[in-house]
Amino acid sequence: MQFEPVIGLEVHAELQTRSKMFCACPVVDLTTAEPNTAVCEVCAALPGTLPVINEQAVDYALRVALALECQVRRVSVFARKNYFYPDLPKGYQISQYELPLAQHGRLWIRTSQGERAVRIRRVHLEEDTGKLTHVQRDGETYSLVDLNRAGVPLLEIVSEPDMHSVEEVRAYATALRQLLRYLGVNSGDMQKGVIRFEANVSVRPAGSQALGTRVEIKNLNSFRALEESVAYEIRRQMAVLEAGGRVEQQTLGWDEARRRTVPQRSKEEAHDYRYFPEPDLPPLQVDDAWLERVRAALPELPHARFQRMRQAYGLTPAEAELLTAERAVADYFEAAAQAARQQGVPTKMVVNWVTGELFGRLNREGLRIDEAPITPQGLADLVALVHRGELNKQAGQKVLAEIFARGGGEPRAVMEALGLRQVSDADQIEVWVAEVLEAHPAEVAKYLAGKESVLNWLFGQVMRRARGRANPQVVRQALRAALEARRG
Amino acid sequence: MTWTPFASVAETLRALESGAVSSEEVTRAYLERIANLEGRVHAFLSVYPDEALAAARAADARRMAARRHPDETLPPLLGLPIAVKDVLAVRGMTLTCGSRILEGFVPPYTATAVQRLLDAGVIIVGKTNTDEFAMGSSTENSAYGPTHNPWDLSRVPGGSSGGSAAAVAARMVPVALGTDTGGSVRQPASYTGVSGLKPTYGRVSRYGLVAYGSSLDTVGVLAPAVADLVPFFTLMAGHDPRDATSMDLPVPAVDLTDAVEAVQGLRVGLPKEYFLAEGMQPEVVQAVQAAVRHLETLGAQVVEVSLPHTEYALPVYYIIAPSEASANLARYDGIRYGPRVGAARMWDVFYRTRGRLFGPEVKRRIMLGTYALSAGYYDAYYAQAQKVRTLLKRDFERAFEQVDLLAAPVAPSTAFKLGEKTEDPLAMYLEDVFTLPANLAGVPGLAFPVGFDEQGLPIGMQLMGPHFREDLLFRVAHAYQQTTDWHTRVPPVAR
Repeated sequence: MQFEPVIGLEVHAELQTRSKMFCACPVVDLTTAEPNTAVCEVCAALPGTLPVINEQAVDYALRVALALECQVRRVSVFARKNYFYPDLPKGYQISQYELPLAQHGRLWIRTSQGERAVRIRRVHLEEDTGKLTHVQRDGETYSLVDLNRAGVPLLEIVSEPDMHSVEEVRAYATALRQLLRYLGVNSGDMQKGVIRFEANVSVRPAGSQALGTRVEIKNLNSFRALEESVAYEIRRQMAVLEAGGRVEQQTLGWDEARRRTVPQRSKEEAHDYRYFPEPDLPPLQVDDAWLERVRAALPELPHARFQRMRQAYGLTPAEAELLTAERAVADYFEAAAQAARQQGVPTKMVVNWVTGELFGRLNREGLRIDEAPITPQGLADLVALVHRGELNKQAGQKVLAEIFARGGGEPRAVMEALGLRQVSDADQIEVWVAEVLEAHPAEVAKYLAGKESVLNWLFGQVMRRARGRANPQVVRQALRAALEARRG
Repeated sequence: MTWTPFASVAETLRALESGAVSSEEVTRAYLERIANLEGRVHAFLSVYPDEALAAARAADARRMAARRHPDETLPPLLGLPIAVKDVLAVRGMTLTCGSRILEGFVPPYTATAVQRLLDAGVIIVGKTNTDEFAMGSSTENSAYGPTHNPWDLSRVPGGSSGGSAAAVAARMVPVALGTDTGGSVRQPASYTGVSGLKPTYGRVSRYGLVAYGSSLDTVGVLAPAVADLVPFFTLMAGHDPRDATSMDLPVPAVDLTDAVEAVQGLRVGLPKEYFLAEGMQPEVVQAVQAAVRHLETLGAQVVEVSLPHTEYALPVYYIIAPSEASANLARYDGIRYGPRVGAARMWDVFYRTRGRLFGPEVKRRIMLGTYALSAGYYDAYYAQAQKVRTLLKRDFERAFEQVDLLAAPVAPSTAFKLGEKTEDPLAMYLEDVFTLPANLAGVPGLAFPVGFDEQGLPIGMQLMGPHFREDLLFRVAHAYQQTTDWHTRVPPVAR
């Protein structure tokens, strides 16, 4: 029997506002900040303290809601989600339940099957919990509570069960992360836990419209865990159904070490969260003016930018994907391409230099694009030098390497300083060729005996003698001519 | 004229201004009264004599310094000692809420309402007794022992602000702050023969008030006379950016001059449902009717009105308040502050800490609220209660279309005996039947003494007005007190 997986995702994304959702504490990097240094009486839930909504968090949430083409509620309501856990200072989480901030949106994804929209069910604001660390000391287990994260604004983005493969899940998660980064609301830094996934997975006979029994996989903190756990669940559920069994509705975790889903026991066992409207916060009102302000300030979104840049620069889908993955990359590329265009340089060359040489260097140095020592204008100038033949490609790479080494520099000046200006002068090149042939009579003999491959080696020797500056085409011509002349 | 601890707030401030008495003398006088009476009344959970005297001396020094700089304006309540109910946070002072679960807890911050008074120059001499987490009507639910009514030490002072009411009645302080979630300022004011204001919900910041029923909680104030309350109310009131439910509205100055004349032509409504309750003490009805007749003689028009949903206030309150409380009290888990009952397993820390350190009434309300919010019951209880609450609000809106304010008894009877109702929670809940509606509707209420029963126990009346019309209540009640003297009576034990 053929089965079709049905998958929906809940994504929790921290909003990287300056201060927390309901108090003035700073939002800090959890992986580096000392525990409990960004905590006040409000987020530690001392008696008598009250929450106040962080307007910036609402603003960020509205950006996401609008980018996801959601309907934004003019009035949404915060609610208390009640459960006990030591990382939850108030004993309830302030979230949104019945009346969320936004609903009915969609996110465009691209897979090998092409483009499609995944429907978004809801987007709502809530606060993050603290973090527990379990330590062993003197043979006893202690649980340490760090409240730095408690109260950090969290956006929950819930999709409809619209995905049917791991590839689609990956595409959705990637597109959402990309969108959040474009909007400047989340760093996308998975290692720091700023985006977490939960997947609802069921399978059903292919062609069926009914939904199968679903499981929920919680606490997925990486793309890998997300993909592997969903793939595992699909296989497991299919096997259960094929064996004539029934899938049990349950909450699962992902066991990274054993690569399998495992039933989860913990706070999730208490199923009744007893939601009720948060009496400490009046309903959140979003008026048209606010929405319009946010809408007007939205950047060009990844999906639109992908389409436009493909058209405008004649990019392949793969190139467009790469160049729009991050807003800063796309900005850099477009600036460089436009500057290059003014110098008559084909965009294709810029694409190759950005995705090849520049990305390579950035990777090696561990730099982000906004930390690149060469400006888009500089890169365009460099590519133009190559295009005009003032630099050969190899020498161009050297210039780029030098700019990286110096932490900056103007390409032409660097070229001059290194003496890398390309030599196309035939007389000079003929001298280098003659010297090389003189020095390597054995190789010349081999060539003349019919061993064509020696030509490349000899070419290399000439380039070396020219310290890389020689115009390769002129060298090749001169070399061939000189060798043929020796044939007599 | 020599100053005595029986002076009004205005008289004390005048004496301080004129130099007839120093803040240190005033503070010492009240501290002495506390020392003398506390053993019998037990109004306080903590007293800070040294700190209070130091603050008094600082206030005196400031006044002295200001005499040399006549253009310097001094804070309006400089050097005046007060007490604060122990559910309001004051930095550096214990905040127990009458509960073992917060024993020894000292907050690092001060409630906004209290801070505004401190900025105005008051001196806090101590924290007053309360039913645990303000849940109760007799102060018998305090984990630290009950407060006794100064009018009859075998009786309760009412609750939950019973400590503040008793302290004021016995003139251990001239003024005390209370809180009112279902009548907790007005009912003890009534039982102890003092005046007490429950402001409009949203008028005074709740920041630093330990939450019981968040949509009902208000910070109020108690003093012998209504005029004593006014400066405290106007200083505490107003928007606080730290409380999202506090209203951003101007606080009009309350003008008490010509209050008697202003009663002329006012329409006073008598809600008939407040006079029909079962088991009402006839003397209470008679005293309130007499007080209303008195207002009539001052020129008020008295009209009977109906608040038809009044009978639902009690069940609605006992769903909404416990529901909110069940969440509000979840933070007391022994993890971050307060005492912890240790255990090997994490869940046992929760169970034991909460199981052993909460008292029975708190547990009862947590269970009630948890039940009302549970899946499958939410619609029938919590959601339904919210709908009925809307009807109760509408009752008041309709009434205030016909009348300017309402006059009614505060409680069905006068102070009862200690232990008389502790075994019967429902009988205890019924004490609040006339005070709950104002909390559910969010309207202001002002209680003040209008007589005594045959046993010499005070009887209170409350005025209720439209939202944010505390000024109206103050003027009418002041007019009454200008022309009567019930509020000047002092219990024998305190004379």
